[in-house]
Amino acid sequence: MTDSKYFTTTKKGEIFELKSELNNDKKEKKKEAVKKVIASMTVGKDVSALFPDVVNCMQTDNLELKKLVYLYLMNYAKSQPDMAIMAVNTFVKDCEDPNPLIRALAVRTMGCIRVDKITEYLCEPLRKCLKDEDPYVRKTAAVCVAKLYDISSSLVEDQGFLDQLKDLLSDSNPMVVANAVAALSEINESSPTGQPLVEFNTNTINKLLTALNECTEWGQVFILDSLANYSPKDEREAQSICERITPRLAHANAAVVLSAVKVLMKLMEILSGDSDFCATLSKKLAPPLVTLLSSEPEVQYVALRNINLIVQKRPDILKHEMKVFFVKYNDPIYVKLEKLDIMIRLASQANIAQVLSELKEYATEVDVDFVRKAVRAIGRCAIKVEPSAERCVSTLLDLIQTKVNYVVQEAIVVIKDIFRKYPNKYESIISTLCENLDTLDEPEARASMVWIIGEYAERIDNADELLDSFLEGFADENAQVQLQLLTAVVKLFLKRPAHTQALVQHVLSLATQDSDNPDLRDRGFIYWRLLSTDPAAAKEVVLADKPLISEETDLLEPTLLDELICHISSLASVYHKPPTAFVEGRSAGIRKSLPARQGSAEESGTAQPEATVIPNQESLIGDLLSMDIGSSIPTPAVSAQPTSNIDLLGGGLDSLLGGGSGTDLSAGSVPTTTGLLGDIFGITTTSTMYTPPKACWLPAEKGKGLEIWGAFSRRNGQISMDLTFTNKAMQAMTGFAIQFNKNSFGLAPSAPLNIGALQPSQSLETGLTLNTNGPVQRMEPLTTLQVAVKNNVDIFYYACQIPIQILFIEDGQLDKRVFLTTWKDIPAANEVQYTLNEVKGTADTLANKMTHNNIFTIAKRNVEGQDMLYQSLKLTNNIWVLLELKLQPGVTHATLSLKSRSVEVAAPIFQAYDTILKLV
Amino acid sequence: MSSSAIYILDVKGKVLISRNYRGDIDMGVIEKFMPLLMEKEEEGLLTPILQTPECTFSYIKTNNLYIVSTTKKNANIALVFVFLHKIVQVMAEYFKELEEESIRDNFVVIYELLDELIDFGYPQTTDSKILQEYITQEGHKLEIQPRIPMAVTNAVSWRSEGIKYRKNEVFLDVIESVNLLANANGNVLRSEIVGAIKMRVYLSGMPELRLGLNDKVLFESTGRGKSKSVELEDVKFHQCVRLSRFENDRTISFIPPDGEFELMSYRLNTHVKPLIWIESVIERHAHSRVEYMIKAKSQFKRRSTANNVEIVIPVPGDADSPKFKTTIGSVKYAPEQNAITWTIKSFPGGKEYLMRAHFGLPSVECEDSEGKPPIQVKFEIPYFTTSGIQVRYLKIIEKSGYQALPWVRYITQNGDYQLRTN
Repeated sequence: MTDSKYFTTTKKGEIFELKSELNNDKKEKKKEAVKKVIASMTVGKDVSALFPDVVNCMQTDNLELKKLVYLYLMNYAKSQPDMAIMAVNTFVKDCEDPNPLIRALAVRTMGCIRVDKITEYLCEPLRKCLKDEDPYVRKTAAVCVAKLYDISSSLVEDQGFLDQLKDLLSDSNPMVVANAVAALSEINESSPTGQPLVEFNTNTINKLLTALNECTEWGQVFILDSLANYSPKDEREAQSICERITPRLAHANAAVVLSAVKVLMKLMEILSGDSDFCATLSKKLAPPLVTLLSSEPEVQYVALRNINLIVQKRPDILKHEMKVFFVKYNDPIYVKLEKLDIMIRLASQANIAQVLSELKEYATEVDVDFVRKAVRAIGRCAIKVEPSAERCVSTLLDLIQTKVNYVVQEAIVVIKDIFRKYPNKYESIISTLCENLDTLDEPEARASMVWIIGEYAERIDNADELLDSFLEGFADENAQVQLQLLTAVVKLFLKRPAHTQALVQHVLSLATQDSDNPDLRDRGFIYWRLLSTDPAAAKEVVLADKPLISEETDLLEPTLLDELICHISSLASVYHKPPTAFVEGRSAGIRKSLPARQGSAEESGTAQPEATVIPNQESLIGDLLSMDIGSSIPTPAVSAQPTSNIDLLGGGLDSLLGGGSGTDLSAGSVPTTTGLLGDIFGITTTSTMYTPPKACWLPAEKGKGLEIWGAFSRRNGQISMDLTFTNKAMQAMTGFAIQFNKNSFGLAPSAPLNIGALQPSQSLETGLTLNTNGPVQRMEPLTTLQVAVKNNVDIFYYACQIPIQILFIEDGQLDKRVFLTTWKDIPAANEVQYTLNEVKGTADTLANKMTHNNIFTIAKRNVEGQDMLYQSLKLTNNIWVLLELKLQPGVTHATLSLKSRSVEVAAPIFQAYDTILKLV
Repeated sequence: MSSSAIYILDVKGKVLISRNYRGDIDMGVIEKFMPLLMEKEEEGLLTPILQTPECTFSYIKTNNLYIVSTTKKNANIALVFVFLHKIVQVMAEYFKELEEESIRDNFVVIYELLDELIDFGYPQTTDSKILQEYITQEGHKLEIQPRIPMAVTNAVSWRSEGIKYRKNEVFLDVIESVNLLANANGNVLRSEIVGAIKMRVYLSGMPELRLGLNDKVLFESTGRGKSKSVELEDVKFHQCVRLSRFENDRTISFIPPDGEFELMSYRLNTHVKPLIWIESVIERHAHSRVEYMIKAKSQFKRRSTANNVEIVIPVPGDADSPKFKTTIGSVKYAPEQNAITWTIKSFPGGKEYLMRAHFGLPSVECEDSEGKPPIQVKFEIPYFTTSGIQVRYLKIIEKSGYQALPWVRYITQNGDYQLRTN
């Protein structure tokens, strides 16, 4: 006997019939009737008219019937709020039932009925159920608190349910703990203030870690996810959490594994990267990630999207696992495409041969999208792995020979990028490309081909004919092809002016007179004017060197990547977007960021040098004018997303409230404007790192009217050069650019100078963020920095001194024992002494002052009335400096001994001590 | 937070049954699911996650049913997918097959299950053995109300107390699947062994089990590095196994669920000689015929035998008039799969067999190009594991002190075994 019979009654007057059956005295009949009602509900019929009759059946000892009535209530209570009140009594009574199954059922259902009048009556039963003797009831009640919070957060807070929930974290039953933690996490996420309502401390974390071993697989996920929100107070705690979580990587449930990976990836930020522990942990992460690829395809997809993030954050983890990402014939297309992405990311000189032969295989498959992406991947490999470029090009040529239309077109698009990356290397293949001219019908491929013809016009004998043939259908071409044609013809004219005058006239008139496209017309007019006034200038503009294209394409912006790492295994990690981009309102939760090691900003800066190239002004123009095959050009991944503004504010807020997790602001290449924003927040959080006043670096008489004052500063681990430009000449100045000579510490600007035009007698302030990834050359004295500033007038050179304290990084604190052994290890020849004069203040105030300047006091001793301070600092180029400061009470001079493997830095450091100690 | 609501849809997108858990998304939103799915499929951008302004759909497809979960938040999506598959598994254990008909036939139980499996979007009890103890298909007699099994909230949530067997027995199956990917030139691109230890447990009470394997890490730590051992690259355990214990001293200790379950799975990346190797020569004479010469070699020990070997060779969709010649086994043409299957019931080690096939091709060629599906091989080799893994002991301790016998079986079979062709 099956339930399907309940679906079959479709006679007239059905509702009426059901009504009488529901009111039948026989229990069996009643039950049958309720089943019929539910069946009608299931197929989408409106049976709300039966509300009072169904509620009448609620008081029964038949559990099955009760469940069905509850289900009915959940569906229709909202549409019948007044009648729903009839059910309250039974609910309250059921919450006291001797059978825990019924108590739990009642409290679970009540929480799901979002009717105010019912909610009022929920509080008392809920309070009792949270203390119920049966763990099944308690675990159900725990979730119910989250339900109630969703309906009325104030009720939960006022009635003290939060504290009760917190108490459940210490419950003896692991399942209760897991549900309580899930409910608390949800409440924290949706907290209206953006601040978690319940903070976890070491004690609770320990309880959670214990429960982790005993609760169900789902409970383990809840616990791991909430552990991911906890920031341990130090490295040791982080390490011990890691140790206790690592066994979860062997769980059969993929969700448990991914959540464990999330916590580990996050905690690894806190651990020092070079430790053995970290290395072992990295090794342990690879096998479970690989095994995830044997799960169901949907889980594989989630895993692959996450692996894509992990590979960007820590490329080492999976660098030897290329083969597992090889595509299988029967993989779903979404898995294939993701695998391809990861293959490119993992491609290196060591494995490129295998990768290429795979990609070539894929390029002969049937799925068009997959084939296209495979061809594109070959091009990306060529750009990424330089020694393989030749092989990639020949593979692409082979593919062009197949004459499969979309393969050819895709190949031409990527070959254009290869030409840009390796100019004057592979042009011999142009003739082969030209053979396929007629078959190109996609705008992107056509535009690429036209670009190639224009760029190499001098080597293609019949370039004029080829371009001419395109011009016939000029009006029908796609806008990007039209723009390319215009530029290509102008390039041709500049390179071979002899017989191409008519052609250029033709294209200029097509662009300026016959087109409605403003971009095209504008560009036409610019060319026209350039060519008619100053052909030499035209040549400089149009044929300018193009900026290099970066190796890695579509890398995520580092701050976004860090945020997404905190969201591993969630939707955000699949979308590769922060939750704020797709979750509305407050439920988007608190913005997450990786925990910062002290001063990790520099480290992350050096660990992942941005592959950005800063184009100088001219090449930018050249780029603007001659390249607009937008999407396919791999552009350096600089943050310019609209969302990043919000993020920035969020990050700033974080650091304001959280007290200095300022890494978001300073990591990577932040554009200058954001740097300024960072400064605004930075001032409030960081205290006084000594910043020297601005000095005049370029007097007006030497700068042909341009005067530059400047100073260096360090805020939130970010070095910047604060400059004031003043125009004392009679004419406006434009076209500013700045460059540094090679210097001892590799200082270089992170972003171009952010100064547009400077009107006469105008003064502009700007902050130039600096990084230490530039070329290094020893200067004499060590801290000299030679700077060149350019504007439309001339180029000016000046030199300034870098105050060395801006190069002291935030994690310059050595461990006591390490300090001792290092001090002993460094030979006595590397010790320098210096006497400091006019030292005021106690040892403590001095130490405090030093700490603000990233000179860390490791130990303080009192030897025979003298205060000895042992201090350490670390320079951006990882030079450690160990210091011993001897202070005598009542004497204004002090002795400073310095030990370092690179003792050259002593002089500027003594100078820094002098300046810092003089501060009040 | 994971699911706001769960729907089961038929293949056309009609809702068969649904359950709203959080009430934050209008249930009518499901109307948009099918059109969106079709649209994405057409664009070739189909993924198991579909985004709309109102919510995110995540779905799996099984037996012509879509199981869809909606969410509005940044849900733990890995959890959602694992859970959706779990729903299918639980229902399959309840109704044998989860399909349109079984849903209509059992809607009352399904509602009960949906209520018990997940609460407010948080998965709860999903062990079907335990669920069956208090959610049954027959409906309950009026007098006795069901009680929650202790197991639901116990630390041992997968086994109930008071199980009794007259004869206490345990069956262990060690099953290794060989995954292989070889390219058309005969080079092995990737080979791995995915092993699983499956158990059927018929034991009384709450027995404590300890399983000993010839695990390399364990042998090395206990100073038996010389003995023959296996290096397990990645091990995954059923939730009953104490993971921290394994992490500490590599002991596999557990209280098993009752009946059938998979205790553990493991993966090895060792390079093994492909057990069955296929060489193929395919000659296409466009517009007239295509000829196949397939050589199958068994590259394992002579005393082992592979059973039920099936070699599936793809052929063009427009091929006709098949002719076969083979020294052993039988060949069948399956036009609906565009493939021929060469079946060899018993294939001893160290042997080599040959098969020739001949097809006619039409003089007019079909326009759309076909892919190049790989040759696939299916086989089973009993009493043999490729990795050399061995069960050294299975200790069973129960407080009543009964004796129980473990039975162990080994078998190697094909996994994803693909050889690309030219």
